[in-house]
Amino acid sequence: MLISEQKPFEEILDYVTKDRVIFLIGCKGCADGCESGGERQVLEIKKRLEEEGKAISGFSLIDMVCNEALTRMKLAAYAEAIESADSVLVMTCGAGIQTVASSTHKVIHPGCNTISSGHAEWKQAERCMECGDCVLEFTGGICPIARCAKGLLNGPCGGSQGGKCEISPNLPCAWQLIIERHSKIGSLYMLEEIILPKNWDPSLRDGSPTQRG
Amino acid sequence: MKAGSNLEKVLEGGYFAVTAEVGPPKGTSTAVIQRKGELLKFYCDAMNVTDNQTAIVRMSSWSGCILLKEMGIDPVMQMVVRDRNRIAIQSDILGAAALGIRNVLCLSGDHQRFGNHPTAKGVYDIDSIQLVQTLKTMRDEKKFLCGEGISGEVQLFIGAVENPFADPFEYRVMRLAKKVRAGADFIQTQAVFDVGKFTKWMEMVRDQGLDKQVHILAGVIPIKSVGMARYMRDNVSGISVPDEIVIRMEEARDVKEEGVKIALEIIDQLKEIDGVHGIHIMAVAWEDIVPVIVERAGLLSRPIL
Repeated sequence: MLISEQKPFEEILDYVTKDRVIFLIGCKGCADGCESGGERQVLEIKKRLEEEGKAISGFSLIDMVCNEALTRMKLAAYAEAIESADSVLVMTCGAGIQTVASSTHKVIHPGCNTISSGHAEWKQAERCMECGDCVLEFTGGICPIARCAKGLLNGPCGGSQGGKCEISPNLPCAWQLIIERHSKIGSLYMLEEIILPKNWDPSLRDGSPTQRG
Repeated sequence: MKAGSNLEKVLEGGYFAVTAEVGPPKGTSTAVIQRKGELLKFYCDAMNVTDNQTAIVRMSSWSGCILLKEMGIDPVMQMVVRDRNRIAIQSDILGAAALGIRNVLCLSGDHQRFGNHPTAKGVYDIDSIQLVQTLKTMRDEKKFLCGEGISGEVQLFIGAVENPFADPFEYRVMRLAKKVRAGADFIQTQAVFDVGKFTKWMEMVRDQGLDKQVHILAGVIPIKSVGMARYMRDNVSGISVPDEIVIRMEEARDVKEEGVKIALEIIDQLKEIDGVHGIHIMAVAWEDIVPVIVERAGLLSRPIL
């Protein structure tokens, strides 16, 4: 599940400054679950844009906007309304926005920020950054890539104090947790080994874009 | 000799070393570095030039080092892994070595959120221990991280930092051991105010025999004002200032003199600890006081080797 949140209305308004007529797209999948781009949010945005003097030529709610075949089919039914619009505001995750962009020649505006590809479901505790080169074997099952502010493989840095990270008193030091865990299960010796520089190439965020499928 | 720097000669010669810190300007004035260099030249064995300390953009460390080198001063180039990936790091090291910089101090760097560009993307491609290991490989095997060969010598005296006051306390020595295994030749510690805790840490260091494998320079920060004492106690991550020091500053008639006295008392105690091979004075915005402290601590004159 992709976690998204609606962009501030002012930012959206700024995007559509030059547009008079707008078509809206929402998603009945993840964005609905996140309450960032489901039916209720799309209708709300419609109302607010109209209050700002914008005309809405129509809107469509698609089961999974990221499904390109489905989205193309759904949008075909709204061809006229889309054609009459100056732009399309897409209230979905980044994947959905890109799917719409590849399905129409209209100007596309993102209505949401994609904030995670799933880990927010666990409220920022255990999570995966999709680095593609898992180190959990060495770190007691706690991920320093996701949870250490510096992503250190041989931590903790000098900013770890009272179990907290230097950047926030609300953020646990991942390396404190790793050391506690290793101590508890009797495997602290594993940290004596220097973990070598990481292969970032398979990382979705830091490596190279790949053509999948 | 690994690099033949003055700092290496002093430490290998068994002298009690003194290093100082030079913060580069938020601008292009070479005079800022030169003035600090001139002021401290005869009062220390080497000068660290910080690398965008607290994540605030300043003149680069290597350029500051070159300015000091031109004045006959042995510079210590600080290098953080926050802002460079392994390609930029190795490239900068080649450049520094080519221009005669012989000491490099490896750090993680304060998180970018603390600085004047808090929205910057942190790099952290490799960590500080991996940086130490990379420099050792470049020097001893003349190889890059990827295994390809380097032409020419990479003469480096490799430094790392340690903070005995960070947590988890029991693990800090294990991490120091890792830095030593990675190839650190010298260590500069976070500023010591809590001498008791530092002494305990040094005992653990000696128990592991690490004092025989690496030169440890204890950090000293002279406190200039009551405000600074309170600020460091309450706000600076990684520094531990006991209340009694803050109270002494608050009750002092001559605050600056009290700050100097506290620094001298700490230095006196540090000199007595087995395995401490020197001090690193970080007189943030109070460089003028370094000559006074070095002289009154009985650490003059500095060896000429």
